[in-house]
Amino acid sequence: MGEVTLNINGTAYSIAVPSTETLLTTLRDRLGLTGTKRGCNQGVCGACTVAIDDVPMRACLSLSANCARAGVRTIEGYESDRIASALVSAFERGAALQCGFCSPGMIVVARELLARNPTPSETQIREGLAGNLCRCTGYQKIVSAVLAAADELQR
Amino acid sequence: MSKGGRTLGERLPQGNAREKLTGSAQYTADLYLPGMLHGAILASPYPHARIKGYDLSAALAMPGVKAIVTGDDLNESWRFGVFVKDEYALAKGKVLYVGQPVAAVAADTEVQARAAAAAVHVTYEQIPALLTPEAALESEVRLHDKLEEYETVCDTGGHGNLCSRTDIREGDVDKGFRECDLVFEHRFETQAQAHVALEPCAALAQVDSGGRVTIWSPCQSVFRVQAFVSEALGLSMSRLRCLSPHVGGSFGLKFEAHIQPIVAALAMKSRRAVKLVLSREEDFEMVRARHPFSIRVKTGVRRDGTFVAREVEALVDGGAYADDSPSVLGVALFKARGPYRIPHVHFHGRVAYTNKLRFGAFRGFGNAQMTFATESHIDEIASALKMDPIELRLKNIMRSEDAWLGGGISGSNGLKQCIEEVRRASAWQQGGPKPASSSGKRGLGFALAAHQSGFLASSAIIRLLEDGTVVLNSSVPDLGQGSTTVLRQLCAEVLRIPIGNVTSAIPDTDGSSYDWGAGGSRLTFMAGRSVVEASQRVADRLKQHAAEILECSPADLELLEGGFVAVKGVPQRRTSYREISTRCHWHSGGPIIESHSWVYRHPAIDSRTTSAVGFPISDIGNYSFSAVVVDVEVDSVTGKTQVRSAWAACDVGRAINPMLVEGQIEGAFVQGMGYALLEEMVWDGARIANPTLMDYKIPTFKEAPDRIYPIIVESGDPDGPFGAKGVGEIGLVPVAAAIANAVRRAGAARIFHLPMTAERVLNAMHGAEDQD
Repeated sequence: MGEVTLNINGTAYSIAVPSTETLLTTLRDRLGLTGTKRGCNQGVCGACTVAIDDVPMRACLSLSANCARAGVRTIEGYESDRIASALVSAFERGAALQCGFCSPGMIVVARELLARNPTPSETQIREGLAGNLCRCTGYQKIVSAVLAAADELQR
Repeated sequence: MSKGGRTLGERLPQGNAREKLTGSAQYTADLYLPGMLHGAILASPYPHARIKGYDLSAALAMPGVKAIVTGDDLNESWRFGVFVKDEYALAKGKVLYVGQPVAAVAADTEVQARAAAAAVHVTYEQIPALLTPEAALESEVRLHDKLEEYETVCDTGGHGNLCSRTDIREGDVDKGFRECDLVFEHRFETQAQAHVALEPCAALAQVDSGGRVTIWSPCQSVFRVQAFVSEALGLSMSRLRCLSPHVGGSFGLKFEAHIQPIVAALAMKSRRAVKLVLSREEDFEMVRARHPFSIRVKTGVRRDGTFVAREVEALVDGGAYADDSPSVLGVALFKARGPYRIPHVHFHGRVAYTNKLRFGAFRGFGNAQMTFATESHIDEIASALKMDPIELRLKNIMRSEDAWLGGGISGSNGLKQCIEEVRRASAWQQGGPKPASSSGKRGLGFALAAHQSGFLASSAIIRLLEDGTVVLNSSVPDLGQGSTTVLRQLCAEVLRIPIGNVTSAIPDTDGSSYDWGAGGSRLTFMAGRSVVEASQRVADRLKQHAAEILECSPADLELLEGGFVAVKGVPQRRTSYREISTRCHWHSGGPIIESHSWVYRHPAIDSRTTSAVGFPISDIGNYSFSAVVVDVEVDSVTGKTQVRSAWAACDVGRAINPMLVEGQIEGAFVQGMGYALLEEMVWDGARIANPTLMDYKIPTFKEAPDRIYPIIVESGDPDGPFGAKGVGEIGLVPVAAAIANAVRRAGAARIFHLPMTAERVLNAMHGAEDQD
């Protein structure tokens, strides 16, 4: 159990965590940031995607002790983000969600995609989001929503 | 937002979309109570063994451990189950599959609970495992030693390792086969499919000082959870309160009990709140999956393609517990005629107990398996008769006056329109696009399906608040499909108020009115009608009060957009819902609270025309229809099959919210595509070899078709709310057959065995070439 200082959504938290604890557990059980979901705990489903230094990462595969010098951004940290807000609106309008369990991870990964590539093609969106699973929508409405958000942000 | 409160047919977003997208929506795993413990489960390592004893001493001595429950904590009589009371909350006396919950621990942290669960020592005496239905039905070794003494809620005919059997006959099948010109017979095999709801099963339970238990869990019916826990723990229903927070997908997985009885037992023993969330592996191994079926289909036809007789035989792997198996078999056989005229039929089948996890409800409920077989079979008939597969079907489909098998009503019938819509949109007659690669074989495939909308009981309560806004109270959880939004739309439509003025209470057995649940594609149809009728009663009450205020007859009044009651044709002579409701709350009549309660009554089987043994559903009907064309490319070098495009037409009666209907069609298509091409739970001996998302692949963005074209057909069902029928399952049901038919028509091979993996397709192609 070591003391670690985590920078999460711009706030510094000094917390004692076992060296084996994942960032996902720390976020959810210690900090109450439950927007990051545990779908598989194995790095496959993408429901726990957060941005670590602006790169989408699996919180379930990241150890909290290793995140000491990094800037972590969870879904809760995108509230006033312009790109994420456009995505949330486009997903809502276009029914690009159903049960919503994968949605925070989708928004995070799509946000980081648009931050790097503001005008992605449909193929680039499918490639960029391919690490995130959705069992409800069939994906088509998610692709359309990301395109719509990109379009909106270009105006 | 819709103008002036009109909401019917509007493409409204889900009311809680923003909550889900921003991560603030709370699922069961996101709930934390003060002093809450965390639970973990010890799973059986053996497929079949007697439990000789438990040693809990090491586990109890571990840090943070507060309680352990085992089968010894359960009374002998606390068996539960939907159709056969054959399960305990935790294994008692015997274990029947690898992964079965044997003991559960509550501790301060999840890590402590998991460590202690692993330290529970159980002594087993192994028994030979029966891993196939054939082996189980032949064996002297039994899974359920006292099966014949167990209570059943239907005539299952269960004995030995036979879980249930069903036999349905109509017409004279022997005579039918004698009178036809050609007889075709094929055998099909389907696999176990995992639901893979993104949210694993979870539950949180708390006991109050009076011993009353509250359970939060993702489910498809809070009242079913209440019923199961009541039986499993010997508690009266009134001592159980069951709620459903947000549900992270289900598809049948969470309809019957999952871990709620175990978590309630831990909370009762520890006297603390306990939360337990399954790992992904446990979610694969412990709960339930889609039934593997072996199906033999035999159809007799005239030379002109007219169907005359059909026999279907099904052998179903039920797994260790009956769960929904008797009904899954029954529904599969009940759908074995499909939406066709076939005068002489005999459909029969058996479910066997095996030492695998239980198989149960999964989107399509037996119909997905049956339709894969029957619709593949019809394409083979068309090919032999050198007829266009769509023309062959058009010749035989049910007309609007035709009854379903058994004589029950079909409701509205948009079959022909579904077929014509996809035929036109896919340019079927042109035969489809050319292969994209030189090694590609490309083809279009077609399939047709029907699935019911109505059965069992439903009710709803509508309350007018003092300010004239409305609380809609239905107990059916929204699994993500947006059903709560649809119910709010229906209420807003009747009361002519903006949807924003209708809020919905969360499903809660204490406060919600009974509904059997969000399953079987019945929610819009059943709960929707409850909401419409209760809302109409509210409208009547509003008019009665308005008549007193405006000093006229209620018959002269009408509802105006936005929450007003006015004299017909004199809109300025009006009063508002707010004014009426305030008056009701403080002066006259009391608050306006109206409900509607009903049970579906259209007998499934007319005994004058049809004989049925062991068909466990008394009333069922009002069918939705779907026709699908897929454009498929098969790589002749690798055997890999890719769906390029799909056209899926669904007759949903009336689309209350077309955008959400499209969501159902698209999502169901891709889940059905996973079933057809990718997904299979594989057993290595008695153990599931691929209980992780690394090894069990579901479709991703890359496997999904480039384009799915959802086509909504509205036939207007006379019984449905504003004409609506169900759409939850129908979109999945025909997909596997459509893809199989496309693979065949592309010139690759006929695949009789799901999933159509690259290996299987390639082998079949080579086999076919060898035969040539």
